[in-house]
Amino acid sequence: MQSRLPIIVFALVMAAIPFVPGMPPFWIVLLDNIGLAALVAMGLVLLTGVGGLTSFGQAAFVGFGAYTTAVLSTAYGLSPWLTLPLSLVVSGSLAVLLGLITVRLSGHYLPLGTLAWGLGLFYLFSKLEFLGRNDGISAIPPLSVGSFKMLSPGSIYYAIWVAVILSALLTMNLLDSRTGRAIRALRRGHVAAEAFGVHTPRAKLLVFIHAAVLAGLSGWLYAHLQRAVNPTPFGAQAGIEYLFIAVVGGAGYVWGGVLGAAIVVVLKEVLQSYLPLILPGSGQVETIVFGIMLVALLQLAPGGLWPWLMSFLPERTSGKKPDTSLKLEQRTRSPGQSSILLQVDKARKQFGGVVAVNNVSFDVQAREIVALIGPNGAGKSTTFNLITGVLSASSGSISVLGSKVDRAPPQEIVKLGISRTFQHVKLVPDMTVLENVAIGAHLRGHSGPIASMLRLDRADEAKLLAEAARQIERVGLADQMHQLAGSLSLGQQRIVEIARALCVDPMLLLLDEPAAGLRHMEKQQLATLLRELRDGGMSVLLVEHDMGFVMNLADRIVVLDFGTKIAEGTPATIKTNPEVIKAYLGVAA
Amino acid sequence: MNTTIMLFLVQDGITNGAIYALLGLALVLVFAVTRVILIPQGEFVTYGALTYASLAAGQMPGTAKLALALGIGAFAFDLFVARKALHGRLILRSILTNIALPAIVLALTVYFAAQKPPVAVSIALSLVIVAMIGLYLYRIAFQPLAHTSVLVLLIASVGVHLALQGLGLLFFGAEGQRGPAVLSGAFTAGALRFTGQSLTVYGITIAFIVGLWLFFGLTLYGKALRATAVNRLGARLVGIRTTLSGQIAFLLASVIGALSGIMIVPITTLYYDSGFLIGLKGFVAAIIGGLVSYPLTAVAALVVGLVEAFSSFYASNYKEVIVFMLLIPVLLLRSLAAPAVEEEKD
Repeated sequence: MQSRLPIIVFALVMAAIPFVPGMPPFWIVLLDNIGLAALVAMGLVLLTGVGGLTSFGQAAFVGFGAYTTAVLSTAYGLSPWLTLPLSLVVSGSLAVLLGLITVRLSGHYLPLGTLAWGLGLFYLFSKLEFLGRNDGISAIPPLSVGSFKMLSPGSIYYAIWVAVILSALLTMNLLDSRTGRAIRALRRGHVAAEAFGVHTPRAKLLVFIHAAVLAGLSGWLYAHLQRAVNPTPFGAQAGIEYLFIAVVGGAGYVWGGVLGAAIVVVLKEVLQSYLPLILPGSGQVETIVFGIMLVALLQLAPGGLWPWLMSFLPERTSGKKPDTSLKLEQRTRSPGQSSILLQVDKARKQFGGVVAVNNVSFDVQAREIVALIGPNGAGKSTTFNLITGVLSASSGSISVLGSKVDRAPPQEIVKLGISRTFQHVKLVPDMTVLENVAIGAHLRGHSGPIASMLRLDRADEAKLLAEAARQIERVGLADQMHQLAGSLSLGQQRIVEIARALCVDPMLLLLDEPAAGLRHMEKQQLATLLRELRDGGMSVLLVEHDMGFVMNLADRIVVLDFGTKIAEGTPATIKTNPEVIKAYLGVAA
Repeated sequence: MNTTIMLFLVQDGITNGAIYALLGLALVLVFAVTRVILIPQGEFVTYGALTYASLAAGQMPGTAKLALALGIGAFAFDLFVARKALHGRLILRSILTNIALPAIVLALTVYFAAQKPPVAVSIALSLVIVAMIGLYLYRIAFQPLAHTSVLVLLIASVGVHLALQGLGLLFFGAEGQRGPAVLSGAFTAGALRFTGQSLTVYGITIAFIVGLWLFFGLTLYGKALRATAVNRLGARLVGIRTTLSGQIAFLLASVIGALSGIMIVPITTLYYDSGFLIGLKGFVAAIIGGLVSYPLTAVAALVVGLVEAFSSFYASNYKEVIVFMLLIPVLLLRSLAAPAVEEEKD
């Protein structure tokens, strides 16, 4: 939880600025423009910096907002206050439409796709008759409250900055919530988030809509500030500029968007008005200088200016410890159920001609620790991916508590109470341990994005964080709870993954090489923890290379070699099995 | 529409497509090696074209001075980076490549510009000037950012594009220019008329594609570039200097851009800002090729050229819209067809 004090101070300063005696009216105009750009940039921060979805097309959404109110308030005489929700709805619903096409694009296709429709929509604005073609629409009524009309830049100033500050608050609230954690996990790839029930396409669409609505709001304000619209400010050039603003300010930070807007707007203004005095005569000198300064700025602070500035402030290791007395609902475990928790029956996975998993069958009973061992490349991790729905089997079947789950996606598997860790740690390095672990409890919370923005989710959120804190304490990392996950050692990160998996309240825990990178003492603590979990009613299936660890811990061992099961049994029988010895040591003499 | 018009449109489309193919190849090359989406590619085109046209008209192109200025900048960057371990040979090499070379070229340009040089000299000078600009730009703008994310590189790339475009206006003015044909003469075959210029375009495009293919397949530098493209860290570990790879990529891209410009400018009037749109179309081709495949990019470029030619005949108002909207279904198909591989980002 961040302190609200700086924001209140900022709001008060902004409110006082117009009353400063001798304040040039032109500065107020600049501040208006900064606010308008900041709204769009804030959406991009969420979309690009946090969610990892680069969009060049935000200017088109500004256009949707502006044109909606322009048409409705001129041709139909609607009050601007009525057109506000309509502007937002239009931007939002077009975002759904474009988003459905675009967010499916992966990697570098996404920014290019947005560039493509950004260009296309710009041409559309300038060709459509009812939008006034290239001339646009003029004589848009000003915003008014009662008989007070916001005609001057100084009077609409408050409307703009109230919108900026409210949007910033709502956006920050959203980020600091169950939905926000899902969004923040997007940039690090989708496998980990989906393993805990996050619907990544839906989360992507959500940030897309959020960014579009903010852009639409900016467009609505723009239309009533200028009282006229034309296609030029909604083209690809503007789309690129909004992206600049976000990157220059610091693409991962809400206030970075505001800072970036201030820098870029002021810089352009200064260049445009003072450069001709220094270098008279020449046409586009300001573009040249602007381009050079942009590159220089990125070289000095590639992460943007906001984090660079923040690094000068004393580090705040705040973070209240959540109240761990709050409890989440537990999964109902009926003791009468079949004792076979997981049944893998002739599972097979082929990648082209390579058979990674070759008709492997085994099961995991309730209250049992089963180890899956085998040399490198034996197909252990692939088996994990088949069970958790990351991959679907070429043939054979996998059942949980007697029901088949062959084609189920990871989000469904985790609902059944199967949670996992990853061989290559998949945490979000710039989130705290607590937040990372809380992603594990994603499915046990219920608050949606709107509730999160309005802070109606606090009761739900407190329970989720309490559960996360409990699991962190359980695995012995209570001291690291508020550190960034990326700052932990690899061994500790693996333990964080276990805590995250425990947050699911699982019946079966799948651990992929949990002991790798742990010291001797830590391994013993881990073994103790896993035994406790088993005695508490949980089952564990683990892949591990440390034979001492496995032999002391596992109730049963399944051995794979080249994708085929070669042995199964208690540790004692496995140790003496000639097939196993052959697989590990080569042909026995 | 009759066959003559259709054949004419096809021919037009293929000529343009060939140029988009070259630009697309350059974009793929630069992206694969340096992760930079090279928006200034369009400026390389206009710089090459307008430098050539200016020289042919007996005017002094400002790009030669820009090359020297950037060279001095690159030298300063070299010195700054090596400030802790300066030694004579390093400084000498940096002076030679970054200052002596552009200074000589500038002198030559001044000398030749005064006396309307022959076509071959103009071409050679334009290519060398733009090649140097490309090389020094990498040193100054992108090499210090080599470790950052694709997004930051992209924004830097936009910054470079803005600066170069502004400089283009300064150097060449707002007026459009045309250059003399590289190869004059023409012949007709049936209803079609082949100009020497269009044959040059085909010939050079094919030569470049084959040349790149040989370069990447057979030479050590080519293989080093490919290695860098696949895995930067791995390439460094086996002793490939990734900065050298980046320099080669930018050198090739700027030469390709300039050459494309020189080939277009006898056919179409070019303005200081025409390059952006031409580059974008090369870009469309490169994206359809998935930013990795050279042959696919070449084929896609031909398609882009043809679509453009036909849409300019049927719906000239919407020509650009159609070309860019062509991307969306392609992107969709590509990203749906792409295997669901987990991307490890920054």
